[in-house]
Amino acid sequence: MGTAVFYLVAAVGVVSAIAAMAHRNPVVNVLSLVVTLFSIAVSYALLGAEFLAAAQILVYAGAILVLFLFVVMLLGAPAEPDAGESRPFQRTAGLALAALAAAGGAAVVAAIHAAAPAGALRGTAQALGVMLTGEYLFAFEFISVLLLAALVGALVLVKRKH
Amino acid sequence: MTVPTSNFVILAAILFAIGAAGVLLRRSGISILLGIELMLNAANLALVAFGRQHGQLDAQVFVFFVMAVAAAEVAVGLALLVAIFRKQQSIDVDRLNVMRW
Repeated sequence: MGTAVFYLVAAVGVVSAIAAMAHRNPVVNVLSLVVTLFSIAVSYALLGAEFLAAAQILVYAGAILVLFLFVVMLLGAPAEPDAGESRPFQRTAGLALAALAAAGGAAVVAAIHAAAPAGALRGTAQALGVMLTGEYLFAFEFISVLLLAALVGALVLVKRKH
Repeated sequence: MTVPTSNFVILAAILFAIGAAGVLLRRSGISILLGIELMLNAANLALVAFGRQHGQLDAQVFVFFVMAVAAAEVAVGLALLVAIFRKQQSIDVDRLNVMRW
């Protein structure tokens, strides 16, 4: 059951990730990435990370990609400019580096001597909340400072000068 | 039955490679930011998978922090794109060749 769900979700996620990177229409890119992020949320649920699955949908699919969509619409959905001069070197180098990244992942997998996962781990909101307000309290509070700084920075950057 | 950790790591590697290819090959600033998001999510997925492998909940706390930092990064990145678009009427990164106006 879990395995079947994983393969279905992985196939959907990979296909929509390719669409998110390869399609020329930016609105299609953003909406395809929403599908990929949903499939990652399902993967989190399969891994027992319940809170993260909910946060993934709320924060990524809900907030971040709506922000992306907002900016795409604000800029009038600028289509990818036609490739002026062709860039054969960049194209080859880019694909080679991406293949290298995939090969690195495969090497890691080959090195795993897969023992069964150590016990069932459930990342419930309660379990994560205890850690966030205990062991990681300083980092948790500091995140609010970071978000405030990002908010002020974004406002300053887009402010129209008179 | 549980899905083995290696399946999740392979999925994360594939998604990371797709995101890296997008960042390296696309010319539109928005697409590059989307590729960065995809790479961040792939790394998060690997982190959660390894966390389950070792029975550690700390990995999920780190992913939570990564999500918060990614939200901040996207807000600033998109604000930069909007500012650049206002100046240049374009978000083609190949045309960005000045550091100040």
